[in-house]
Amino acid sequence: MNVGSLKIGLLHSLIRKEEKLLIEAFRKAGVAPIMIDDRKLIMDFHSAPDIDILVERSINHSRALHALRLFESAGVPCVNSHKVSQICGDKLLTTAALKDNGIAQPECRVAFTEESALEAIEELGYPVVLKPAVGSWGRLLSKINDRDAAETVLEHKTVLGSYHHSIFYIQQYVEKQGRDIRSFVVGDDCIAAIYRSSDHWITNTARGATASKCEVSPEVAEISLAAARAVGGGIVAVDLFESDGGLLVNEVNYTMEFRNSIDTTGIDIPQVVADYVIGLAG
Amino acid sequence: MVIKMGECPVCAAEVEVADDAIASEILVCDDCGAELELKNVDPVQLAEAPAAEEDWGQ
Repeated sequence: MNVGSLKIGLLHSLIRKEEKLLIEAFRKAGVAPIMIDDRKLIMDFHSAPDIDILVERSINHSRALHALRLFESAGVPCVNSHKVSQICGDKLLTTAALKDNGIAQPECRVAFTEESALEAIEELGYPVVLKPAVGSWGRLLSKINDRDAAETVLEHKTVLGSYHHSIFYIQQYVEKQGRDIRSFVVGDDCIAAIYRSSDHWITNTARGATASKCEVSPEVAEISLAAARAVGGGIVAVDLFESDGGLLVNEVNYTMEFRNSIDTTGIDIPQVVADYVIGLAG
Repeated sequence: MVIKMGECPVCAAEVEVADDAIASEILVCDDCGAELELKNVDPVQLAEAPAAEEDWGQ
């Protein structure tokens, strides 16, 4: 395979550290990606830019979701696929996919009105975590400890939020002892994992959690790969809770961020990703 | 590494732009802390980076 002749498109908006590392990794492998800025993109439902494969790295979920559908429609293979972006971008769809594949996850309820959401919360038992079905970086997560807080948050979301904040995604709160695990899956391999530790109950690194190396045990690899397969495979990061009953999948991320995980794990994640994409394209 | 200079659109301070910087990259102004987007590399053109939107990130 002549790597240099490959036309690898990289869909982006703002270029973050991750995109720079990926560009560098592709260059090291002998191919300069063709940069496709989603803010300048115009699609006509028939054609797409002349590329062999598209790597999706847009910061906007909604742009990625729709662009991937149109690139695939025009015959361009995409990593990740539209299906993966659709499932991972919506926690409700992720939960359904994990359930369909028998993968352990926290108990969850969905309701569509304040009244039914309150009923669902009381049925699950306090505390619960209310999450936007579409959202990231730990934003707008609410840990609800009692009925007073439940009524307040539900009313605020209904009155102040746009319509999709009234799709109430309610997750059982899992006591995770100050940390969770984020594992990285590329194709059929779970290549690395980190602990994300924080004094706060939210353990996103975007919210100040610190990263440390987590050995990829057979249990971590098994559930991570199963979760990745459940959402359609490709390049994903899987968030895991350690519970008394074993590992639970919290979320699966399809445009994974890894800047804090390269030195921490000793794995050159962008190079693994670039080599995987080149393998698919070739 | 060759450094180019740009002007912060917020505080007008000089902002260093590395030679290997690419368009759409995020930079931070050392003086005022504003998050900036490199709109153009040559000549250097900087703009305030867009604020995070609801569907950003993972």
